[in-house]
Amino acid sequence: MNKEFQYVLRMGDNALILGQRMSEWCGHSPFLEEDIAMANCALDHVGRARMLLTHAGVLEQKGRTEDDLAFLRDEREFGNFLMCELPTGDYAFTMIRQYLLDAYHFYLYTELQKSSNNVLVAIAAKALKETTYHVRRSGDWVIKLGDGSEESNQRMQGALDEVWSYTGELFIADEVDDFASAEGIGPTTGLLREYWEAEVLEKLRTAKLTVPNEVWLITGGRDGIHTESMGSLLSEMQFLQRSYPGLEW
Amino acid sequence: MNKLPLWEVFVRARRGLDHKHIGSLHASDGTQALQSARDTYTRRQEGVSIWVVEASKIHASQFEDDASFFEPAEDKIYRHPTFYDVPDELNL
Repeated sequence: MNKEFQYVLRMGDNALILGQRMSEWCGHSPFLEEDIAMANCALDHVGRARMLLTHAGVLEQKGRTEDDLAFLRDEREFGNFLMCELPTGDYAFTMIRQYLLDAYHFYLYTELQKSSNNVLVAIAAKALKETTYHVRRSGDWVIKLGDGSEESNQRMQGALDEVWSYTGELFIADEVDDFASAEGIGPTTGLLREYWEAEVLEKLRTAKLTVPNEVWLITGGRDGIHTESMGSLLSEMQFLQRSYPGLEW
Repeated sequence: MNKLPLWEVFVRARRGLDHKHIGSLHASDGTQALQSARDTYTRRQEGVSIWVVEASKIHASQFEDDASFFEPAEDKIYRHPTFYDVPDELNL
């Protein structure tokens, strides 16, 4: 197995699948300004997916392009975190998911600036500027909704309870992560967890939200074992290339 | 139905220029207004600095005051510098 390819591919998949979910809000957000902001952030994720998948294609050395990797792979070949693919839900769920992943990406891309892979350093530098804004925005929403009205607090707590089971997967190191940290390509998941927990636990406290304890941590995304909703996400995202192979516009 | 307060947005296009009114938006507070302004009005590199002002904080002249506010200036052309002949000696 080409582990460096896998490592970059997974990051690309996280960006692509999360960007696809976020883009579902386009035209449906609670108000106009939020609609534009959400679509902007979704495009940031799709943009970095393009860079990461292109680079993954180069590392793989089989001539696959960003489009081949995005549109012509099956569900079992996607290595994104399950959290990215979960259905959009309401705005509480959307924002808590965004925040937890934005905080993760903030530390990931900060650490990737020290990568031994120069292309990743360049991608991370661009992504970090975007993510610095994303985490500010989603963090503010978490506080506004968590420490808002009784209903908004209940919805946020419900969303946090639901999504928390999926956070364990962010920090479980497998052979690909171990290879990446050993080769200086990426940080250890332990380091990311340390940074992430310090940021997230403090924010959730401020937002008057309680982290659920003793939850069952759901995993499988990076091995291609996805949730029920992944199939419908892919069929929508890949529809054009599957139905009209090679179509351009 | 949007019940959030209205904010006016001013953007400085480049360093050295003034902030110019570029539009308005709804937001619950100044922080959110700045973030929404960033996403709504500067996503195509339109600016390097943003001001937001809650619209209700702006005191504006009223249309019905036009006659007393602005029309008296109409026949006072001597307030324009071009009304005066400048002596040739000034070499302007």
